[in-house]
Amino acid sequence: MVIHQNPDIDQIKGWLEEVKDPEIPVLSLLDMGVITRMEMSDEGKVTVHMTPTFVGCPAMEAMKKNVEEVLDKNGIRNKQVIISFEEPWSSDRLTEKGREALLKFGLAPPPKHGQVIDLDLLEHVECPYCHSKNTLLKSPFGPTLCRSLHYCDNCKQAFEQFKPV
Amino acid sequence: MKELAIKELLYKMADDLLILGHRNSEWTGIGPILEEDIAFSSMAQDKVGQSWALYKMLQVLGEQEPDTVAFTRNAPQFHSCKFVELPIGEYDFSLVRHFLFDTADLLRFDLLSRSSYTPLAQLATKIKGELKYHTMHANTWIKQLGSVEDEEAFQRMQYALDVALPFALGIFEEGPYEQSLADEKIFAGEVHLKSLWLEKIQETLSKTRLVLGDVSLISPELGGRYGQHTEFLQPLLDEMTEVFKVDPTAEW
Ligand SMILES: [Zn+2]
Repeated sequence: MVIHQNPDIDQIKGWLEEVKDPEIPVLSLLDMGVITRMEMSDEGKVTVHMTPTFVGCPAMEAMKKNVEEVLDKNGIRNKQVIISFEEPWSSDRLTEKGREALLKFGLAPPPKHGQVIDLDLLEHVECPYCHSKNTLLKSPFGPTLCRSLHYCDNCKQAFEQFKPV
Repeated sequence: MKELAIKELLYKMADDLLILGHRNSEWTGIGPILEEDIAFSSMAQDKVGQSWALYKMLQVLGEQEPDTVAFTRNAPQFHSCKFVELPIGEYDFSLVRHFLFDTADLLRFDLLSRSSYTPLAQLATKIKGELKYHTMHANTWIKQLGSVEDEEAFQRMQYALDVALPFALGIFEEGPYEQSLADEKIFAGEVHLKSLWLEKIQETLSKTRLVLGDVSLISPELGGRYGQHTEFLQPLLDEMTEVFKVDPTAEW
């Protein structure tokens, strides 16, 4: 085990990059916006704040454990991970890097919406395969809480979108 | 007084979501088409998750832990409205209930997102975002099936709406602390919510051939908020509890 002398927040951020979303293993929790902030007290206590993508997200406890393990592995003993709705998650929190990762994974990234979500936003989502916008919404509910189902009329393939929330 | 009022409010919302979530999950595997099967399962998962978050908030206020609260109470201890406990019936009834209930719930959480009780305001903001998908789904189907040419299909929708309406009005049964909640700016109250709801559902129904009965002539199905339930709640609770008793540590 490596014991780091006085790591700073940026260093910790670097370590946490390895914690991925269990459902979309190419996406880190930081890029997802699930880790909302981190702080270190004068005594060196590290606090990580997290917020679930969906209230009923079944993976939240596992993600919390993963964050704790990474901190442990890097020698951070004095730590706390807090899950709250203080800064509620919205898909607008996804980073640019996160959006690109989604696209490579074959999931259409969610459009930025500034909290205005209506049907228009879900119709004509850009196809992640051929980039056509000649697409249809099949259902706002997909195989997991964060995905919707679409069909591309151009390349005739079904695809999923990480839905705007 | 204030804390009692908050608890009463949280309990009825959580119980509504837990019970309707379990009813919705009964469509898993038997939905009319695969997409609807998935939709009702997803909405069930959302609702049970939302109820859990509210039970957790109650735990912070000194109540027992969510598992205990959800699975060890009997019907008279539940504050849910009678509407949510009714069996799923045919798909038309479930769809109409989904439309009437979720429209009310979205408006409720929208009001609560501005609550003076901060933890609730934060959670409500989040839940609101999820509920938009539920009402979007409901509105799409109501508009489609409420305007359908086929007379039999249309009549079934109208009948479901007529049957559901007195129960839907029971959602807005006033609690013992309405005044206190309004004074403290925690929640604007059931009367206010009901008027917003009527306006909203009329707006959607006006785009269909469906007609809403005259609510001034209908007696709402009350009592649920005070633990008086139909014969359908206890068997549902027994079923939920049975799964829990088999393995109380199972992850939900
Ligand atoms: Zn395409």
